[in-house]
Amino acid sequence: MSRRYDSRTTMFSPEGRLYQVEYAMEAIGNAGTCLGILAKDGILLACEKRITNKLLDEIFETEKLYRLSPNMVCSVAGITSDANTLVNELRLIAQRYQLNYQESMPCEQLVASMCDVKQAYTQFGGKRPFGVSLLYAGWDHHFGLQLYQSDPSGNYSGWKATCIGANNAQAISSLDSDYKSDMSLQEAIPLAIKVMYKIMDQNKLTAEKLEIATVTRTDEGTTEMTIIPRETVAELITKREQEIAQETQK
Amino acid sequence: MDFSIGIKGQDYVILAEDMNAAHSIILNQQDHTKMLDLNDHLLLARTGELGDGVQCAEYLQKNIQLYQLRNGYEMRSNAAANYIRKYLADSIRSQEPMNVNILLAAYDTISKEPQLYYIDYMGSMATVPFAAHGHGALFSLGIIDRYYSRSMSRDEALSVLKKCIVELKKRFIVNYTSFNVQVVDSQGIHQLDRIVA
Repeated sequence: MSRRYDSRTTMFSPEGRLYQVEYAMEAIGNAGTCLGILAKDGILLACEKRITNKLLDEIFETEKLYRLSPNMVCSVAGITSDANTLVNELRLIAQRYQLNYQESMPCEQLVASMCDVKQAYTQFGGKRPFGVSLLYAGWDHHFGLQLYQSDPSGNYSGWKATCIGANNAQAISSLDSDYKSDMSLQEAIPLAIKVMYKIMDQNKLTAEKLEIATVTRTDEGTTEMTIIPRETVAELITKREQEIAQETQK
Repeated sequence: MDFSIGIKGQDYVILAEDMNAAHSIILNQQDHTKMLDLNDHLLLARTGELGDGVQCAEYLQKNIQLYQLRNGYEMRSNAAANYIRKYLADSIRSQEPMNVNILLAAYDTISKEPQLYYIDYMGSMATVPFAAHGHGALFSLGIIDRYYSRSMSRDEALSVLKKCIVELKKRFIVNYTSFNVQVVDSQGIHQLDRIVA
């Protein structure tokens, strides 16, 4: 009955909902998971890769991780082509700021600017919202290392640990119990593996399906994204499988 | 016919400027302030066309304030200087260029460093230990060259400033009756006593 209010992005339903925005979030709920953890010495981003065909030519190093600016990195969950458009726009926004102020754009400002753009698609213009949620990891001299998440509605918030994509609610409740605020990256990496293992189909978690990167601040004053090599990821998965085997034995 | 001068020390920047408001040969006002606080740690001294100066300075001040309101923190001194520089660089390439020269005194609260920026109406910018705009610069820079050191105290800097003013009084055709002097440091922007020539 209230289907009449679905097709227009810019109309509220009688219950006060924006259906197009909710449908966009549905689309993301079926997409590859992305996990982010803020540790005291860096930020960890772990992504589930959905495209793992052997025939694919690996031109880009990462499928879901993008560098936005000298001090920010993001990972995406949702419709890939929408994600590409947003990443392009984010990079433009960051560079425009840099052109004006000759300094890297502070993290929250970049996220907020992008979210203002996304919000516009929910209010006017008649175009559908973007079917993408993003996790942003970066550093600035105001607040240090930061982790943000934004969704199709144009809302954003800062997180210590969060998850987007398939099974994100399960992941967040898992992080809720295991996350400690003064964690180091060395502790966060196995935690990420543990959570990913839990939420992904346990038979199918392999190193080929995971993309894990750490975002850290170097002594020279740059923000680096380091992708954890596949062999290391495989070792960590094996270690987790052994832990689970031991736990089930007891 | 304006004159502005800035001297940077270890933890402060002093800016001084004449207080004449003149149009051609008429001196309208002798106690006109041409300095403006852009935020708690940024002081702008403008020389050049009077009307342009007011428009330019107030526009910059309001935008810098807006940045602070939006983001919850002050615009950093280097970011502000570049923002101002770009504003003037865009202006010179427009149909109605602003004829305003600027000296920007700043204290960066994050790196805890004072900074002095020399920006001219075309949008060129330099970070300098001391600078001056106007004809008076021709008389002053040599004097400051002779006596300047980075570790100067504020009183020493003021005495060098006074030497420049004495020289201007003696050899420059324009008569400046008094100078507005302000200082920027970690505590903010402070008014010092006017120097009467």
